[in-house]
Amino acid sequence: MMRLRLTPAQVFWWIVFILGVLYFFLPLLATFLFSMRSQPLFSAYTDTLTRGDFWSSLGYSFVIGVITIVISVTLVMPTAFWVRLRVPRARPFVEFVTLLPFVIPPVVIVFGLLSIYANKPISLTTVPYGSDLLLVGAYTMLSLPYMYRSIDAGLRAIDINTLTEAAQSMGAGWTRILVQIILPNLRVSILSGAFLTLAIVVGEFTIAAYLARPAFGPFIALIGRNEAYTPAAVSIVSFGLTWLAMGLIAFLGRGSRARVRVAGAH
Amino acid sequence: MTAPAQTLIQGAPKARPGRRRWATLLGLVPFFLAAFLFMLLPMAFLVAGSFQDVNGNLTTQNYADLSQNFIVDAYITSIRVSLATAVAGGVFGFLLAYAVILGGLPHFLRTALMTFSGVASNFAGIPLALAFIFTLGHVGFLTLFLRDTLGIDIWAHGFNLYSEIGLDFTYMYFQFPLMVLIMAPAIDGLRQDWREASANLGATSGQYWRHIALPILTPTLLGTMILLFGNSFGAQATAYALTAGQVNLVTLVISDQMSGDVLHNVGLGYALAVGMVAIMAVAITLYTILQRRSERWLR
Repeated sequence: MMRLRLTPAQVFWWIVFILGVLYFFLPLLATFLFSMRSQPLFSAYTDTLTRGDFWSSLGYSFVIGVITIVISVTLVMPTAFWVRLRVPRARPFVEFVTLLPFVIPPVVIVFGLLSIYANKPISLTTVPYGSDLLLVGAYTMLSLPYMYRSIDAGLRAIDINTLTEAAQSMGAGWTRILVQIILPNLRVSILSGAFLTLAIVVGEFTIAAYLARPAFGPFIALIGRNEAYTPAAVSIVSFGLTWLAMGLIAFLGRGSRARVRVAGAH
Repeated sequence: MTAPAQTLIQGAPKARPGRRRWATLLGLVPFFLAAFLFMLLPMAFLVAGSFQDVNGNLTTQNYADLSQNFIVDAYITSIRVSLATAVAGGVFGFLLAYAVILGGLPHFLRTALMTFSGVASNFAGIPLALAFIFTLGHVGFLTLFLRDTLGIDIWAHGFNLYSEIGLDFTYMYFQFPLMVLIMAPAIDGLRQDWREASANLGATSGQYWRHIALPILTPTLLGTMILLFGNSFGAQATAYALTAGQVNLVTLVISDQMSGDVLHNVGLGYALAVGMVAIMAVAITLYTILQRRSERWLR
């Protein structure tokens, strides 16, 4: 019989690790087992996947997420590029703004947005797509810390001065430089920022709920209150989506030394 | 100069003194305009509103009104939950990161833990609350297992998932993975030569930790715990789904105020939100200072 020889210190570290694993997996296991209690087998999942409001809310959140990503990249990439190339003195101000979403919690952001844009004279919530605009705006703000750090780290790794001068000497304008030279070089940074944004946006509850949007977060809250087994199935699906986004980030980041800071909106 | 004319549309081709300065700054306008419309202006509106009474007159009464029992209680509960989960999550996360990096565990466990931590730190809100209800609720999986197999009825012994202690337990799910994610690179940054140098000078492993490793890691440890504090202080969705109003948190009072004027005074609601942002600002400032200090050694 082979004997594992462990020092007392190693035993302690194994216990710590196993506790961590239990903490991580027990809630998932419990949720999965609960979702399997509905009869016939897997009916909680088939019920979920065949209902219209599941797909419509998930689709809505996905579309909002993609729009948010496009706007966030369009705002952050030229700004981070410009700061590095021409106005390094503006860096503290830009960094300060990108840190603000950590300081202002989502519940306060939506409170502020509603206070100003839901009343006269600018009553955005009553015009078509007004609330959606506010939602995208708020999510763009939430994405700033991650998107900025990710893109700025990517810019540090390439020689933007040389690239820009080379492109300019061949007659390229700023739009062409950004879209055809800088963007392809930042592919990995932008995609990690994008998937992180998607992971945060798709399950977000607070802002979507108080703007009364038909998003995925409020949908889970609604069925969580009213139904038995489907909420468990939806939780597992939602966990799988988070896993997918994080897996894609890890896949993209393989081999690169740039670290992506990860944290969500709770 | 060979710069083409069309560059003038979006900015100056080369930094030239004087007049071009403003043209250069124009490139930053879209970013700051968006931040202004969706973050700075709403925040300024809250601050301005917090200094007005119902008739729009200037007052500091709203801040004086924050001393009402139930508001003070909300702040204290929010701070207590955040402190408890930041310290517990911080200590446990640090131990876990240490275990997989220096604790002699197989290397693949480290990769697995980092992946899980990335997922878990982002798994929050309603699905997380539901998962804990299925685990530790009245008929949760773990509750029933402990009761029927081990004979321990945790609910009968005072445990209540829908109370503050339950909230602590649930928040830990996204707190300690965040600690793992930030501490792992820091522990990696401890250089082997430092340990060898101290061993050459006759230091024991305990002395190495007390005098070298811990002092180097302390700014990161404290800084990350402050980040965890902010992480839980601003959380709303998980608490909303889990406690259904049984625990009085600042974020929940603010969201109640949005659903209806529960404070019977809009200005008081604004003051409540501004107070919250002030606490977060202190926390993030401390975090930034500590992060700068930790960068001195850990690169």
